[in-house]
Amino acid sequence: MTKVGIVVFPGTNCELDVAEAVRGLGATPEMVWHGDGELPAVDAVVVPGGFAHGDYLRPGAIAQFSPAMAAIKEFGAKGGPVVGICNGFQVLTETGMLPGALQKNAGLKFLCQPAQLRVETTNSSLTNTLEVGQVLSVPINHFEGNYTCSTETLAELQANDQVVVTYVDNPNGSMGDIAGVCNAERNVVGLMPHPERASNALLGSADGQAMFSSLLAAAAGASV
Amino acid sequence: MTFSVLVEVQLRPGISDPQGQTIEKALPTLGFDGVSDVRVGKSMRFEIDAADEAAARAQVDELCEKFLTNPVIEDALVTVESA
Repeated sequence: MTKVGIVVFPGTNCELDVAEAVRGLGATPEMVWHGDGELPAVDAVVVPGGFAHGDYLRPGAIAQFSPAMAAIKEFGAKGGPVVGICNGFQVLTETGMLPGALQKNAGLKFLCQPAQLRVETTNSSLTNTLEVGQVLSVPINHFEGNYTCSTETLAELQANDQVVVTYVDNPNGSMGDIAGVCNAERNVVGLMPHPERASNALLGSADGQAMFSSLLAAAAGASV
Repeated sequence: MTFSVLVEVQLRPGISDPQGQTIEKALPTLGFDGVSDVRVGKSMRFEIDAADEAAARAQVDELCEKFLTNPVIEDALVTVESA
């Protein structure tokens, strides 16, 4: 059975939602405490949302030094699928596993609303079961989701097909309407929207489950 | 020796600054005209023990690079003085 490691920092608050979402697809979630320097035997890793270490200094700035992150970096370098959601995306950019940075939303509003996401590539561990151009309804819930990078990096991301999902209607000022990106190897993905909050029709949308299905498919294909 | 350090973190030139833009837009409504190019940063003060000023500066530069700034979007201006 596919095992999904879910990292928990002090201040993480979306771990149970992610666990419920992957359990609903038949996978086994396993919580990983940030202080653990070794990962249990897992097939994929999710860095969930919240406020790791209180978001002090910058979101993700302190989390990058947690022992679990070194293990996750190694897991990702070996090709293991890693997904960072919201604060998890911020953590992955701070550790350097993903390019760019997330800064304060344009307009300085905390945004908590459904967002329409356009799938830009199916070549990533979060979108391999989807179709390019498919539009998903997945909620956002963030103050610092404004994707920022140098214009050279943006051109590189677009040329290498590393933009995974974009906003149909850009809510936060992100460059290139970017909602999520992947690394050059395509196994590490980060996105600001919360697929785990769109994991059941009762929540208003089940579109996020397709993303977790992709993650489990990537986990089945990876040999770490 | 102990040195006093001031680190001023600023967004790099060309990186958009939503806080600065919001402040700039608010100023005329408060009656302050003629203010432009507002950029918001943060400052940090601390003390550091090092053999000399150059060594202190080298340590602070490394600290800024690894932790106090995100080099993707931020720069640091470092001032080191004898405490």
